[in-house]
Amino acid sequence: MADLAQQNIAEAHGGETRRDFLYLTAGAIGAVGIAATIWPFVDTLNPARDTLALSSTEVDLAPVQVGQRLTVAWRGKPVFIAHRTPEEIKAAEDVDISQLRDPQKDSDRVQKPEWLIIVGVCTHLGCIPLGQKTGDDRGPYGGWFCPCHGSIYDTSGRIRQGPAPLNLWLPGDADQASKALYKFTSDTAITIG
Amino acid sequence: MAEDSPGATARIIRWIDYRLPFVQFLNHELNEYPTPRNLSYWWNFGSLAGIMLVVMIISGIILATQYTPSADLAFDSVERIMRDVNYGWLIRYMHMNGASMFFAILYIHLFRGLYYGSYKPPRELLWIIGIIILLLAIATAFMGYVLPWGQMSYWAATVITNLFSAIPLIGSGIVTFLWGGFTVGDPTLHRFYALHYLLPFVILAVVLLHLVALHRHGSNNPLGIDHKGPQDTIPFHPYYTIKDLFGLTVFLLIYGLFVFYAPNFLGEPDNYIPANPMQTPNHIVPEWYLLPYYAILRSITFPILFISSKLAGVILAFSSIVVLFFLPWLDTSPIRSSRFRPIYKWVFWLLVIDVVALGWVGANPPAGIVVTVGQIATLYYFVHMLILLPLIGKIERPLPLPSSIGAAVMGGGARLSAAEAPLAKP
Repeated sequence: MADLAQQNIAEAHGGETRRDFLYLTAGAIGAVGIAATIWPFVDTLNPARDTLALSSTEVDLAPVQVGQRLTVAWRGKPVFIAHRTPEEIKAAEDVDISQLRDPQKDSDRVQKPEWLIIVGVCTHLGCIPLGQKTGDDRGPYGGWFCPCHGSIYDTSGRIRQGPAPLNLWLPGDADQASKALYKFTSDTAITIG
Repeated sequence: MAEDSPGATARIIRWIDYRLPFVQFLNHELNEYPTPRNLSYWWNFGSLAGIMLVVMIISGIILATQYTPSADLAFDSVERIMRDVNYGWLIRYMHMNGASMFFAILYIHLFRGLYYGSYKPPRELLWIIGIIILLLAIATAFMGYVLPWGQMSYWAATVITNLFSAIPLIGSGIVTFLWGGFTVGDPTLHRFYALHYLLPFVILAVVLLHLVALHRHGSNNPLGIDHKGPQDTIPFHPYYTIKDLFGLTVFLLIYGLFVFYAPNFLGEPDNYIPANPMQTPNHIVPEWYLLPYYAILRSITFPILFISSKLAGVILAFSSIVVLFFLPWLDTSPIRSSRFRPIYKWVFWLLVIDVVALGWVGANPPAGIVVTVGQIATLYYFVHMLILLPLIGKIERPLPLPSSIGAAVMGGGARLSAAEAPLAKP
């Protein structure tokens, strides 16, 4: 009987009934409710507030001689600071960037040509490339060499050979910041972050 | 009078079985369970894997009672287990080498299935569930390897979680989510510990599904033909319980050899250096059981079409396991056992050599000949799965199959009548 009555109503309304509307709205509200309940559980896995609180690192560059490289920790990651020699700067600037996997001019990667400041994390799978210490394998371009999977970076930290897809990040690049997150507080000091 | 009324135990069992058919179930699945009479020792590895899973869970729970999942304390707590906790060294070495043993068993079990066509109808789901177990085991082992928080732990965690950064657009967000921070750190260790404790029980549940699927149609056998009646099968107990037990004894000797005499042979010395986020070890290698996938990952040094070499490496390494899900449909031959497949019988061994070669590539630094061998071996792996398997099934002319397991085992038709009498329980 009831079915028959439903059918009559359905026919009267072009195949749709108030019940269809109720099913849809109840279902939609239910789905939103479930999603809203799941989200806090998922979000606990994201970085906590204390982790997110950005710390900045101040570095005194005065003792770093030309040709020397220095590693500092920033947000738990190593940051490479290279006091480049004129030859290294020239090598980085003379590259035809159309030949590069991740084309970028050297001048876009430095604020002062003699100071290259990059995040020392290989863009392939996150190892720390060699080249900071004297005697390290720096690869054929005199920059950095990642021992894990053989990625080779030049004196501007740009990817030249091997599996890594991108140049070594400038501090802040990982958060899609358009400009490198460091500034010179004086001629011989920087603040990262 | 005695024979009329059953004993007290029997009556209790009967009372329970009427309400919960548990004993009946065990009797049916482990005692009477009809099993092909011709199973070789290659069929021991399923039960061995099950036993090892139990060993891993028990030793793992014991270790968990002493371990501290915090970046500052994890390394020291493991060293405390090794030096101060009574028999801690034994339990930890059992757990550590047990993982290697578990994978050795899984791989032999998997290649057994490949050789004898155990993935073919009607056992496709049984096979697929098995591959799911393999994936879960890899995830569990990886997270367990991170817990001691040594250099290899830390950098293995970094490299493997960074695989997800290859995903376009959302990649780096996913990696931060996995880490719970900007690098592998304390939050990462905590969640890996929680999951490492959880996943083995998930594996246990999936193993039960594996067994349900297995017992639906029973074990495959070296001839690859269906059993057609009682003359082809014997009860599981005592014939295979004793055979499994003998295999277990031999296995425990090998396991014991590692645990007591070469506990660090399969490990990396670098993992006894506390984790240092500022320095990558010169040569990162995963545990031996992950080397072939690692080799595939590293072999892609060039972009494929519009896909970057990094993403392509990740996709192919993952595909090397995913392709196994499709094996029942990729292999077009209706014949299960390679004994009756004159071409595939040899091609199978090419795959074994190929996987061993990939393992060698994964263990060595990526330079020179290693890269070339890795690329050739990666190519062969996928050619084998996607081209050779479908093709051989079409062109191969299989040898004639025996009429029944019983006939083949008992030496042909002449003695068939003797074979027809099912082996009774002693």
